[in-house]
Amino acid sequence: MGISRRNFLKGGGLAAGAVAVTGKPVRAEVQSEAIRTKGLQTSTTICPYCAVGCGMIVHTKNGKVVNIEGDPEHPINQGALCSKGSALFQVANNERRLTKVQYRAPKSDKWEEVTWDWAMERIARNMKETRDRNFVKQEKINGEMYTVNRNDGMAMIGAAALDNEECYLVGKFARAMGVGYLEHQARI
Amino acid sequence: MTNHWIDIQHSDVIMCIGSNPAENHPISFKYVEKAMDDGAKLISVDPRYTRTSSKSDTYAQLRPGTDIAFIGGMINYALQKDQIHKEYVVNYTNAAFLVNEKFDFNEGLFSGYDSDSFRYDKESWTYQIDKDGLPMRDDSLEHPRSVYQLMKKHYSRYTPEKVCEITGTAIQDYMEVVRTFTSTAKAGKVATIMYAMGTTQHTHGTQNVRSYAMLQLLLGNIGLAGGGINALRGESNVQGSTDYAILYHILPGYLKVPTYDNKTLKAYNEKWTPKTNDKQSANWWSNTPKYMTSLLKAYWGDAATAKNDFCYDYLPKRSGNYSFIKLMERLQNGGFEGMVFMGTNPIVGGPDAGSIAKGMDKLKWLVAADLWETESSVFWKRPGVDPKTIDTEVFLLPAASSVEKEGSISNSGRWAQWRYKAVNPPGHAESDAFIIDQWVKNLKKLYAKDGVFPGPITDLDWNYGTGHEPSIDMVARECNGQFTRDTVVKGKSFKKGQQVPSFAYLQDDGSTTSGNWLYCNSYTEKGNMMMRRGQDDPTGMGFYHNWAWCWPVNRRVLYNRASVDLDGKPWNPKKPVISWNKLTRKWEGDVPDGGWVPMNEDGTKSPFIMIPEGYGRLFAAGLADGPLPEHYEPMESPVANLMTRQQSNPAVATPGKINNSGKYPYIGTTYRVSEHWQAGAMTRNLPWLVELVPDMFVEISEEMAEWKGLKNGDMVTITSERGAIEARALVTARIKPLRVSGKMVEQVGLPWHFGFNGLATGGSANTLTTAVGDANTTIPEYKAFLCNIEKGGLKA
Repeated sequence: MGISRRNFLKGGGLAAGAVAVTGKPVRAEVQSEAIRTKGLQTSTTICPYCAVGCGMIVHTKNGKVVNIEGDPEHPINQGALCSKGSALFQVANNERRLTKVQYRAPKSDKWEEVTWDWAMERIARNMKETRDRNFVKQEKINGEMYTVNRNDGMAMIGAAALDNEECYLVGKFARAMGVGYLEHQARI
Repeated sequence: MTNHWIDIQHSDVIMCIGSNPAENHPISFKYVEKAMDDGAKLISVDPRYTRTSSKSDTYAQLRPGTDIAFIGGMINYALQKDQIHKEYVVNYTNAAFLVNEKFDFNEGLFSGYDSDSFRYDKESWTYQIDKDGLPMRDDSLEHPRSVYQLMKKHYSRYTPEKVCEITGTAIQDYMEVVRTFTSTAKAGKVATIMYAMGTTQHTHGTQNVRSYAMLQLLLGNIGLAGGGINALRGESNVQGSTDYAILYHILPGYLKVPTYDNKTLKAYNEKWTPKTNDKQSANWWSNTPKYMTSLLKAYWGDAATAKNDFCYDYLPKRSGNYSFIKLMERLQNGGFEGMVFMGTNPIVGGPDAGSIAKGMDKLKWLVAADLWETESSVFWKRPGVDPKTIDTEVFLLPAASSVEKEGSISNSGRWAQWRYKAVNPPGHAESDAFIIDQWVKNLKKLYAKDGVFPGPITDLDWNYGTGHEPSIDMVARECNGQFTRDTVVKGKSFKKGQQVPSFAYLQDDGSTTSGNWLYCNSYTEKGNMMMRRGQDDPTGMGFYHNWAWCWPVNRRVLYNRASVDLDGKPWNPKKPVISWNKLTRKWEGDVPDGGWVPMNEDGTKSPFIMIPEGYGRLFAAGLADGPLPEHYEPMESPVANLMTRQQSNPAVATPGKINNSGKYPYIGTTYRVSEHWQAGAMTRNLPWLVELVPDMFVEISEEMAEWKGLKNGDMVTITSERGAIEARALVTARIKPLRVSGKMVEQVGLPWHFGFNGLATGGSANTLTTAVGDANTTIPEYKAFLCNIEKGGLKA
């Protein structure tokens, strides 16, 4: 007969119960031998594709994602997922994912591997030089001078794939840098 | 969305127009089907016969870019046949308001037009004001200058025959849509509109949405369960990233970005804080100064004081339109040294994408953070380009995926839901939060030494713990907001450092911070509300108030005080959103749109609390292109405007690279498929999805295939004034030529997911699209352009 996944989550012992309460990663313990997810860590997430906001359960073992499926307790999707949501496992496990910081020098035809420290320092220096060279402190408009404190040398695009808290940090950073040209997918 | 996904089940009539939820928001469709199980009718209005159409009771084909004609005809029918919810319209909308005698409309132009600047002087787009400063009104709706009568006159030109001649819709299908939809004018019946990019991506996209909202106001469908107008947003957190204002014109919570002439915080507040003389109007935006000061305090912390205008000077001031299209024009003119892409791929997703790629060749540096190598991050080795000729320094930073970091995202129904970190990112990949944090820390060090106007960076309040990456918990707390000192607000005492319970407690004196006032209430002293997993639904209405958290203040249906009559009784007692309990003198159900008493009692407030006058706007003066939606042709169109002599939106300047000469005879439109997503990096790199949809294709009619001698799967070349791509012909009965203005017009459909890089590659549809935007939002007109098709691939 076996145990259905739904029952597993609903009543599969204390640890699975904890998923229901908090969604934080916990260790799942069930008595059934047959179940594929026995002994795995579980946590919840929300689908990163469209904006329906379907709930998912992520199963991990030894630091690897081994299964992702719809969260039956989620009031919107009630366990169901579409073709894209069902494929999220392949985002977590995909040899095409970037795993190293890459740098392409001017005129080069290839990437070179660099360290985070090197890249971040160089990016910061580029940003500073660009800002300092292109900073518009004041602007004359219709014959009158206005203080605008704007960095017209750089643009920032993107963020619909980021979390809210990350978006907040992107916005805070961009405005501190004086960036007016700040846009993302909502416009396109 | 004014409402939310689960709420769709309460509709009696669902109209999907400019959207295809069965395919692009598949799980949402279960609520459409649930409503249909309970007897609801589904209407699908689309140029193509989609998967949504296949489930519909009524399918109406319309030509891309003719929504206003289509909806204008429905408004005309509702007004002529008196199929409106009159009590709602009189009490909750501005239908009864009298409009300035000077306001006029003639041959496609509203009063005040200046053809040199493509702009309107809106001086005449105002209400007539009485001696108390209140709009004059005629509740009988008979006054010739009433909004109702002006609207009736305006839309009297939108007869079914005229509409169908423009839209290409079969008249019997059109009349079925009109009758079915307007049947919800009765109290107790409700319709919803589900729309998406098919609506917004036009030079008159904002007016498309306006026309839907007007129709819903006339039928009394806004604020009700199963009602509203619902934008189906296409990316998991595009609602949140908009709320958090990654846009040139707004700050978090839809505060305005200061313009050059807002010289001080006081001047900013004076300019952007709306005023009203109506004591019955909540005029919620009157709180603007509190939200703005709290944001500045969140940005610059202790450095922001009343003495220095809370560091208002540190905010960049805009002096123009910096939206995506304008930004890309500036790029092409060599206006930028550097660019940062955070999980975005504009040379696939942007309009006239080939020009964007060429523009990137002029950059000194590019930083891209992504999970994948995208087309945009390898623009320097795109087909036909010699990398040696490109001087750009490019940094590609490996980013963490959604299961490799924690934080909240906001769905289309405004629910902010928490995601947990399940595993570490692969290899050296890091979260976007880590990346931003590193930039700030490095720049703070550099600007501590020297630099131009260093204050905004050196004073930036950036304290998110001592971990490897910023503490997302601390960021979420800051987004909500905290008290900066011991204080008393509304009779309640708060300690320094406490979380602000809701935006009603934010102050303009520096005693509160809030990174986003709209999310104030998402993380209170009780904890992180976005993490909640309560599955209780005591009303049975599907609000799930204890599941996650939704803005504003956990209200699940916006404008819900319009869902009740003047006594506070639900228009539809079977599906109440809120109702007034006379005994307890409290609202029950959803979190009400303000707790004020019902409209028939003293001390009430009008339901449309975000509008200064408090009434839903049928006549809206705030837009660039007119207070009433009017039909114009897309910028590229195979036919002349049959409604007036004004061919395209008069408030949009004609851009370059437009060709209406007849060289490109077919209407092109773009769309998405279930198996791919946006610019494709997140799906074209997954073997399962690539197996399902491996190739770029162009959907063409059986008629066109026959006279062009094309078979299913043949390679064809599609050209426009912007460029050329190749794709496989997909010959279907789902796309049909339309009879427009007495002639047959062919249309073709292109998915826009493909590009030259990744596991599955193919031509980018946006090579063909036009870089011209909506008059109000500058959203590109992706959904209607002209193209040609020839047999054979690009090399043929």
